[in-house]
Amino acid sequence: MTYDFRALIDFFPYFLPAAWLTIVVSFFGIALGAVLGLLTAFARISSKPVFNLPSRFYIFVIRGTPLLLQILFLYYSLRSIFNFEAMTSAIVALGVHNGAYIAEIFRGAIQSIAVGQMEAARSLGMTYRKAMVRIVLPQAFKRAIPSLGNQFIIALKDSSLASAITIKELLLKAQQLGASNFKMMEMLTIAAFFYLFYTSIFTWLFHKIETKLSVSGSA
Amino acid sequence: MITIKGLEKWFEQLHVLKGIDLIVNPSEVVVIIGASGSGKSTLLRCINFLEKFQKGEVFIEGKAVNQQDEKMINEMRSHVGMVFQHFNLFPHMSVLHNVIEGPTQVKGMGKEEAIEIGRYYLDKVGLIDKENAYPSMLSGGQKQRVAIARALAMEPSAILFDEPTSALDPELVGEVLLVMKNLAKDGMTMVIVTHEMGFAREVADRVVYMDEGVIVEQGTPKQVFDLPQKERTQSFLSRVR
Ligand SMILES: Nc1ncnc2c1ncn2[C@@H]1O[C@H](COP(=O)(O)OP(=O)(O)OP(=O)(O)O)[C@@H](O)[C@H]1O
Ligand SMILES: [Mg+2]
Repeated sequence: MTYDFRALIDFFPYFLPAAWLTIVVSFFGIALGAVLGLLTAFARISSKPVFNLPSRFYIFVIRGTPLLLQILFLYYSLRSIFNFEAMTSAIVALGVHNGAYIAEIFRGAIQSIAVGQMEAARSLGMTYRKAMVRIVLPQAFKRAIPSLGNQFIIALKDSSLASAITIKELLLKAQQLGASNFKMMEMLTIAAFFYLFYTSIFTWLFHKIETKLSVSGSA
Repeated sequence: MITIKGLEKWFEQLHVLKGIDLIVNPSEVVVIIGASGSGKSTLLRCINFLEKFQKGEVFIEGKAVNQQDEKMINEMRSHVGMVFQHFNLFPHMSVLHNVIEGPTQVKGMGKEEAIEIGRYYLDKVGLIDKENAYPSMLSGGQKQRVAIARALAMEPSAILFDEPTSALDPELVGEVLLVMKNLAKDGMTMVIVTHEMGFAREVADRVVYMDEGVIVEQGTPKQVFDLPQKERTQSFLSRVR
């Protein structure tokens, strides 16, 4: 078997729609995950069991089961209940999955902003909410950025699992083309190229944000 | 100004405050001394409701504060400042921003007025030239002076200090104590937990000795330091000297 370098170029354009799908699934999945994650983090640090217990259960289930199972489970259940398309299910699954991990990132960051910051703010007479928004969260976001960047990259790569529910993103596209043109290695190489391209952009972006934030008002 | 009646506090099984009665009069400087673990910080934190207590009452400016009433607690806190051992400045804000955060966010004061007040108090603690600096750029002594200015900018009727100098390098202690002495001179009501016995002797109107969750003895610095009546006080003082 020979490796056909030409095929890398010839088939490249066929991947563009799939590359776009990967972006769409990842972007909305991450966005949903970030929102869910922040809300869950607040619920998780709440002392009220109504908030605390469900958030712990959610994190427990998501972290204890494979993402592929979650994708399949949500695909079949959402399809039968709400008649959701595969695409919507994939985004929801990726969001729900990442929400649990992002919640733990935010929770860790919020709690690591020492109790002292909350107490200093409260001792001035600030409400809990105001102290959270003005004093704790800005510092917690900053502290969470490296871990968030890492999680976003994981989410981007995990979007490939949506291939299991017929989403024609990069991985499924590569497999389908490879099966028909018998150039599986080459097709997987093209898909890999796109993933590397995306993850490089993410890494660069987060690096930029980090350095920008550490210049203005370091701890 | 501050009246504490029959205050009792447990951490789970641990009985930390066992019935504290204390009255702090306006413009009085009360210094609390005692061994580690005797409950000094806990008492201070109860006065500011950073800790909830199980029994007793705290009156601020004559009003009994209801521990369950968040609104009332916030209102009360804006009248009683607190200075912490580890400064707890807001690291993401400039020095001036730290100082005006309370007046603008809690009192709803306009920014210009707050800045004027903020600068006035930064000047008082000798840090007017640092208003644009960030806390990370300051020495420990400077940080603590900013923390004092932050408390002062709320124009409170009393300030609580929990070991304000014990996290500082020895050569930086003096500048913070000097600021506190000036506050005492200006008539600020202060409750200070400290291990600085020389300072206590110099500025305290009253010294309170605590041990194992009770006030063992209190009086003027002369009475407590030179003629302690209780054996426990005597043995504590002989250990710290
Ligand atoms: N959050 C807490 N949970 C449980 N126990 C606590 C807590 N805070 C303090 N304690 C305990 O309460 C007792 C009194 O503590 P406190 O901090 O008031 O002492 P202190 O007199 O301020 O001592 P130090 O001079 O070391 O600061 C100690 O036995 C301490 O271990
Ligand atoms: Mg203490």
